[in-house]
Amino acid sequence: MNKQLTVEQFVASLKSGMTIGIGGWGPRRKPMALVRAILRSDLTDLTIVTYGGPDVGMLCAAGKVKKLIFGFVSMDAIPLEPYFRKAREAGTLDILELDEGMLQWGLKAAAFRLPFLPTHVGIGTDVMTHGGFKTVQSPYDDGEVVLAMPPLKLDAALLHVHRADKLGNIQALGPDTYYDEWFARAADRTFVSAEEVVDRMDHSYPEDARANIVERCFIHGVVEAPLGAHPTSMPPSYGWDMKHLKAYAASAREDGGWDSWLAGTVGADEAGYLDRAGGKDAIAALPLPIF
Amino acid sequence: MTTAPEFTLCEQLIVAASEAWRGNGELVATGIGTAPRLAASLAKVTHTPELMMTDGEAFLVEEPVPLGPRGYDDRKAAGYLPFSRFFDAAVWSGKRHAMVTPSQIDRFGQTNISYLGGTYDQPKVQMLGARGFPGNSIYHINSMFVPAHSKRVFVEGEVDMVSSVGYNPARRLAGANFDRVDLRLIVTDLCVMDFGGADHEIRVIMLHPGVRFDQAQDATGFALTAAPEIRETPAPTVEQLAIIARFDPHNLRASVIKDNPAGKRN
Repeated sequence: MNKQLTVEQFVASLKSGMTIGIGGWGPRRKPMALVRAILRSDLTDLTIVTYGGPDVGMLCAAGKVKKLIFGFVSMDAIPLEPYFRKAREAGTLDILELDEGMLQWGLKAAAFRLPFLPTHVGIGTDVMTHGGFKTVQSPYDDGEVVLAMPPLKLDAALLHVHRADKLGNIQALGPDTYYDEWFARAADRTFVSAEEVVDRMDHSYPEDARANIVERCFIHGVVEAPLGAHPTSMPPSYGWDMKHLKAYAASAREDGGWDSWLAGTVGADEAGYLDRAGGKDAIAALPLPIF
Repeated sequence: MTTAPEFTLCEQLIVAASEAWRGNGELVATGIGTAPRLAASLAKVTHTPELMMTDGEAFLVEEPVPLGPRGYDDRKAAGYLPFSRFFDAAVWSGKRHAMVTPSQIDRFGQTNISYLGGTYDQPKVQMLGARGFPGNSIYHINSMFVPAHSKRVFVEGEVDMVSSVGYNPARRLAGANFDRVDLRLIVTDLCVMDFGGADHEIRVIMLHPGVRFDQAQDATGFALTAAPEIRETPAPTVEQLAIIARFDPHNLRASVIKDNPAGKRN
């Protein structure tokens, strides 16, 4: 068993029209090398499910997204994602706007093969009215009416972690793994990019087994992508690249800004990308963000 | 406790806002933005030490974390509350009191951070999305901080997209449980309000020195109720100012209110 893929093999295993979940949180620990592979591909009409950051803005700008299912889209220090805004204000995007907690609840419903999970969240708000959510009454004595959150079933999930092995064992270090585990469990297939791919985790990093956020039966492909979260943060290894994100955001204010960014920065290949983005040494030395 | 000789309006508001958490006990105090975060920090180190706070990333801290650049490891973790546990542990348990700055607030206390104008399918101005507001508002205590009190924020009708639950009877879905909806304070650059009017109407309980009720009313898109006895917002003490300065060593609070006006003593 060897789940290791090249980035080309990864992108070739996706199809237009798929529903794809993306791990991470805003500008934190996003599988950006995998996202860039999609940007360079012919894939289109995707439904993207995520706690959005620059991944969403770039995929929208590149015309890859038919529908976006999101709890928020933000780059933290740059609160409003400029290309996401453009797509929304142009009215070109189908959306389902969720509460952050509803999103992970929908992933859990998918993971557990349930028709819905009950929640109070969304009731009384326009997230419920615009989203077309239905309610269900408790069959028990309280008879309470709750919102029925349907499953967010994913064709594929994309994650970025610190380490993977060829069997699909993964380790995510750092202080927070967000809802990556649930994206993987909600997906038919999960593709993980990693800073480092080893032959066998038990031979290399057995002492960090608690960082194995989801079991290998849920992992279908691993791709080695050093610095693959750039320009988002990857603690404890490297921080986000706010200078880069500011330049990206500024490109949205220029005519043809995205085309220039796609050609000049995303470019044709990942190895060249790291050079165009400042070089491996500079990226590896990016300080961790302070909150 | 000596009243400070000089202070800014922002510092006065931080002190007023810290009162939102008084006596809340063991729950997570979340202040989103410079002034609310300083207010929560002030509350924890003065009147309500039981409060829990995070470092803004993933750890619970007993000493609030200062704002702005600092050493990454300066914070000393006492516990762990990452986003991956946040809904289980802090939001859906009701163990939290957040203070936020919504883009719009209506007479029912409903707020909006999703979009302004246009429609759901094509907004005029897209903002963040609802984030955690639907869950926060139906599960735990919430307060608000508004640095520029105006009719653009306090809108005449309903907010453009209801991101958080308020006290609007028309949106009280039959059979659903709204028992935990609990809106407390709204601190603005003109006044302090609560939801203590009839049917949770928004009510002015304090006016900042030199501000009249009609000024607050004129800057609000709906009718405000006046508390039976409107107090004047107190001035910070020397001790409170020192604590605020300790948690804001880069003086980020100077840019919270336009032109950073001086506060006034009562």
